[in-house]
Formats: sequence, C-alpha cells, structure tokens
Amino acid sequence: MYQYDQIDHTLTRERVAEYRDQVARRLTGQLTEDQFRPLRLRNGLYMQLHAYMLRVAIPYGLLSSNQLRKLAFIARTFDKGYGHFTTRQNIQYNWPRLEDTPDILQHLADVEMNAIQTSGNCNRNVTADPYAGVAKDEVEDPRPYAEIVRQFLTLHPEFSWLPRKFKIALTAADHDRAAINVHDIGLRLYRNGAGEVGFRVLVGGGLGRTPFIGKVVREFLPKDDLLRYIQSILRVYNMEGRRDNMFKARIKILVHEHGIERFRNDVEAEFAASEGEPLYVGKQEEARVRAFFAPPGYEKLPGDEPMLTAKLASDAAFRGWYERNVVAHKQPGYTIVTLSLKPIGAPPGDCTADQMDTIADLADRYSLGQLRTTHRQNLVFADVRKMDLFELYQAFTKLEVATPNYNRITDIISCPGMDFCSLATARSIPVAQRIAERFADLKRQNDIGDMHINISGCINACGHHHVAHLGILGVEKNGEEFYQVTLGGSSAEDADIGKIIGPSFSSEEIVDAVESLVEVYIAQRHSGERFLDTYRRVGQAPFKDRLYGAH
Amino acid sequence: MALIKDGSLAEDSWRTLSDEDAVIGNGPIIISFERWRDGRDALKRHNGPLGIRMKSDQPPALIADDIDRFHLIALEFPTLADGRAFSYARLLRERHGFKGELRAVGDVYKDQLYFMQRCGFSSFELPAGRDPNDALGALKSFSVVYSPAADDATPAYQQRGKPGGK
Repeated sequence: MYQYDQIDHTLTRERVAEYRDQVARRLTGQLTEDQFRPLRLRNGLYMQLHAYMLRVAIPYGLLSSNQLRKLAFIARTFDKGYGHFTTRQNIQYNWPRLEDTPDILQHLADVEMNAIQTSGNCNRNVTADPYAGVAKDEVEDPRPYAEIVRQFLTLHPEFSWLPRKFKIALTAADHDRAAINVHDIGLRLYRNGAGEVGFRVLVGGGLGRTPFIGKVVREFLPKDDLLRYIQSILRVYNMEGRRDNMFKARIKILVHEHGIERFRNDVEAEFAASEGEPLYVGKQEEARVRAFFAPPGYEKLPGDEPMLTAKLASDAAFRGWYERNVVAHKQPGYTIVTLSLKPIGAPPGDCTADQMDTIADLADRYSLGQLRTTHRQNLVFADVRKMDLFELYQAFTKLEVATPNYNRITDIISCPGMDFCSLATARSIPVAQRIAERFADLKRQNDIGDMHINISGCINACGHHHVAHLGILGVEKNGEEFYQVTLGGSSAEDADIGKIIGPSFSSEEIVDAVESLVEVYIAQRHSGERFLDTYRRVGQAPFKDRLYGAH
Repeated sequence: MALIKDGSLAEDSWRTLSDEDAVIGNGPIIISFERWRDGRDALKRHNGPLGIRMKSDQPPALIADDIDRFHLIALEFPTLADGRAFSYARLLRERHGFKGELRAVGDVYKDQLYFMQRCGFSSFELPAGRDPNDALGALKSFSVVYSPAADDATPAYQQRGKPGGK
C-alpha cells in the first residue's frame, strides 16, 4: 500500500498544527462556534445530537493492520470503545471530546492517516472498489490513480471552498462495487476499442433530496489527462454551481439545470484552455505510486485445495459461510473474504476496539497485513490462502464477524439515524436490527438470495435508500416516525433510483411490509431472478396490491 | 481594517470609492465593476492608478478585454464559504496574465490566506477585529504542496522527481 514520504508526513503534521491552533482559538473564545464550524468540518469534526463526531479518512478503503490497531487505540482511549464504518469507506467515532481531537489527529498522523476533508464543502475521501487489485474482472488496479487524485485534491488551494461537498469514486472492474454512478465524479477504468486503457468519466450522480444517476461527460479520457480533467470539472463547478440554496448546490443540480451538453461544453472548453499546465504527475511519479500497489509475492499454489474441499463437504456451517462470504481471487489458491459487520441485531458497520485489534492480528497472519473497508459497511481480507480459510473462519466466528450474509437481505446499509445524527428525523438502526432479526434464518436468507436493503433516517439519504433494491426512508409526521418504501434501485452497474411504492408505514408496520414484499417476490420470481430483477420485470403493481390492497 | 501586502503589514495607499463619490485628483482609486461598466468614459480623465472591485458573481471574463487598464483588482469574499474568487484569482493570473495587485476583500479569514496566496492574491484586507500579526503567520501554514496553482510552489509530484527531492 502507499507509504508516506517526507512530503506527505510534513503536510499532515502541518495540518495537525493548524487544526490545534484552531481548536485553541475556539476553546479560548477567539472563534465563535459559527466561525469554527467550517474549519472543524474540514478536519472531520461534526457536532451531532449528543456529542462531537470525528470522521477519519480511509483512502479508497485500504488499511494496514497497524493502522487498524491505531483505530482501536483511538476508540478505546478517546471514545467509548468502538467505531463505525461508513458507506464511504471511512470510520467514525461518535464520542470524542473537542479538546482531545488535535491529539487524535496526531495519533492518526503517526500511522499515515488523517481526517482532512472528511466533511465540509470540499473534496472528500476518494473511494474505490474494495476488491481493487485482486478482482478477476478488473482491467488494472485503480488504486494508484485513487492515490494520485487523493494527493492532488488534498488541501487544494482553489477547490477547498466549493458550493457543496464533492465525492469521487473509482473502479476498474465490470461489476461496480464502488457505486460510481451515484458520485459527483465516477471514474471507470476500461479498455476501449483501440485497446487503450483510460477512464469513462461520469458526473453529477448523487443521492440526498434530489437523487440522480451520473451522466457520461467524457466517454474516454486518456490516463495522463486525469488531473487536468478533474480540475476542469471542479473549476466549472466552483464558478457556476449554485450558492444561493444549499439544497441545490451539489454538482448534480448544476448538471441537471444546465443539461449535460452545456456542462460538457463548459468542461471541455476549460480543459482545452488548460492544455500545457503541469497537471500530469509524470511517468516517474506514476511508477513510484504504482509500485506501492504492485501485487505481493503470491505463493504458487494449486487452484484446488484438497483440505478445503474436504472441510466444505463435512462442515455445513463452514460451507454456508464459504459460499456466501468468500469470492474468487485473480491468483490461484487465494480468495477474497468478507468480514460481515452485520451480525443479526447489531448496528450495521459498528466494530469494537477489541474486534479491531484481533482483526489486525488475523490480517497479519492470514491476509498479508492489510484489509479493506467497503461501501456496504463490511471489511474485506483480500489475500487469503484457501488452505487458511477454515482456521480463519473459526477465528471470525469467535469474533462474530462470520455471519454468512454478504449481499443478503440482512446485509443492510444504514445511516446512524436519530440515535446519533442531528439531521435525522427518524431512527434507522433499530429498523435495520428488527429486519435482520425477522430474516435471521439462514436458509430463508439464502432462498431469498441477493437483496439490498438500505435505510436512511432522513431525506439526506446517507443510508443510500434510493439505490437499494428495497429502500427505506424514515420520515417524521406529527412527532411520529414513519417509513417510506422505494423499490427497484441499484448502485451497481445496473444503477437506478428506486421508486416510492406508496404511503409510508409506521414503525410497527414496516417490518411486516418488508416481509410482504419479499413474499410477492418469492411468488412471482422466475428461476435465477433476484428481487430486483423480478421487480423490474413485473413492475410495481403486484407489490403495491399486496401492500395496500387492490384499488 | 488592516492590510497585508506581499507578505507583510502595509499601509493602504488606495482609496475605495463608492459609486457616488466624485473622482478628484489622480491618486490611486478602486471603483466598483458597475461603475467601470457604466461610466468608463468619465474615468478616462483619471490619470492615476485604477483599481476595480469585483463581487463574487462577477467572473474575470467580464473585464477580460480591460485587464491592462487596472493596477489592482479586488475580489470580494462575501462569506467564508463562498470560494468562487479562488478560481477567479487563478484565471486572472494564469489565463489573463494579470500582473498587478490582486487583493482579497470582504470576509477574509486567516485560515484561507494560505490558499488565497497560492491562487495568486498578493494582498489581503482583513476586517476590523482580526489580528493581522496572527494572520501573517498563516501565510506560512504549509511548507509543501500537492497541487500546482498560481504561485511558484513546486507540487509534490515534481519535487519527488528532482535530485535530492522528497
């Protein structure tokens, strides 16, 4: 993985010093809370319902075991012994004290981490496919470009006070695990008809109150032009994006209001005008960054592992986990393993300090000392030898991260909701817990098959409900929580925004409603169809009839 | 109000005229974009240095043909959050070749000075109550940069390629 050099260390250290000064000015009253807010946000510090919340960046979701140990240390020392992994591959701490935050950032800097730009109207953490570098279906590892973009946009002098937040995601695979269609910029590395590898550039995707799927602004962008094209998009957005209404300030609204044609013309004109600017990092720097992501020295192993085959035949629970949470690796004899942070009945994405420490030890032992965080709020060991799977499974089981529910109905994405968040209008975690409990039976989950339920506790849509196969949005009516259901969304390569099925349900009704919808799917499905496929084929009617009766 | 110019505290030799103020004498004056747009003929008789003050919804393209006429361009930051002028400053320096004094005015915070300087601003007008000595230190917040801008700082990716870099 990428390792800081003197330049990276210096910049991070200087940023901590700057932030320490800002906190001191706040604590002595030189800065009012209003003045402090935009400054603390740029260092990941939010004010939530009960306390501050600190969001730490995990660039493109890649962590070393030592970094994870540091995250555990921070959870234990400065928080309540746990952290929360987010849909943008970051980790959040829900209970830090303001006066401790400069020290926390210094601890992070010690392990080459930071909280720079994890909030505020600026460029956020660059996210990527959690299987980057090991996926069978990718054209090349996208992480060197993610790192190059990360550096370019860190403390960017021109683009640190944008109209609104700005999120970039990359993938190089056929199957989109990074939700690039719902990002401000989505980048997909692919090989074009001429055999060259470059980027398809999407712009203006996003969720929130007004969800949009990203539009293609450039069909093929040569790799060397990546930073210059990003600068062009950001410059057009910085100058033209709306600043009169915070709810219309995202780039998706600009693209929508101007239309993709006009937006593209503006970007391409700016791109042409910037020709010659020194925005290509150079072959040498590119090679330097790429070397950090070079494939590790994999052992030459047979594709088949007799011990594994035998264990799978004799241990049904192990087989259930293997079939669900383990996927093929590009290297024979290796696998990619998902650690489920969705045990039945627990808040999705939470991880205790003790779990983190043990996971770090297991990563050292079984996965080359690294792990990844995912958009679906799970963790991934990307380089596990088949011969180690059974041992690892036993360790994961003890650790309660072996729930075999990857991509199943209980693998729920949920925002923190009203239990933590000051924006939320309804609770989301308890709904996730109750749905998981209702569908806890593994046989039933496997019968239902791949199904994404995402839950947001308000219209800001941090729980990505718009792009779930079955999305749930919590709303407040006369002091009571209600839940609106959307069907047919997806954040993958078949991305779409789900449609509201009808009037919302009370907290008591919502789990029954979900169960009814699943029953309609079971009754209507053709062989091999997921919930999403059946819904897209048969439409709203049968689902609506079941929920609300025939009209 | 205090002024920081070229890295140190400075006396302000410019007079900012309201649109009603008469132009008297040939001292350095700053006028609004509107006054320039609507009454440039009347300003022809002014032989002293001329500055123009642009609001955050007035991009440099509006004065592209007149850049050489100005010794100073003041770009307004109406709030901390309105970052349009960061782009305007770079365009003025890098595209329009503006060589005069580029001044940040309005709600100018020390926490933005470093970025402003990198985008090409050469002077900063601090609102009353903000300590200019404190702000001077902020111009040196960072000693390394990742991305190129309107200043001559070498971005990390070029620094690394140099002998003895890193």
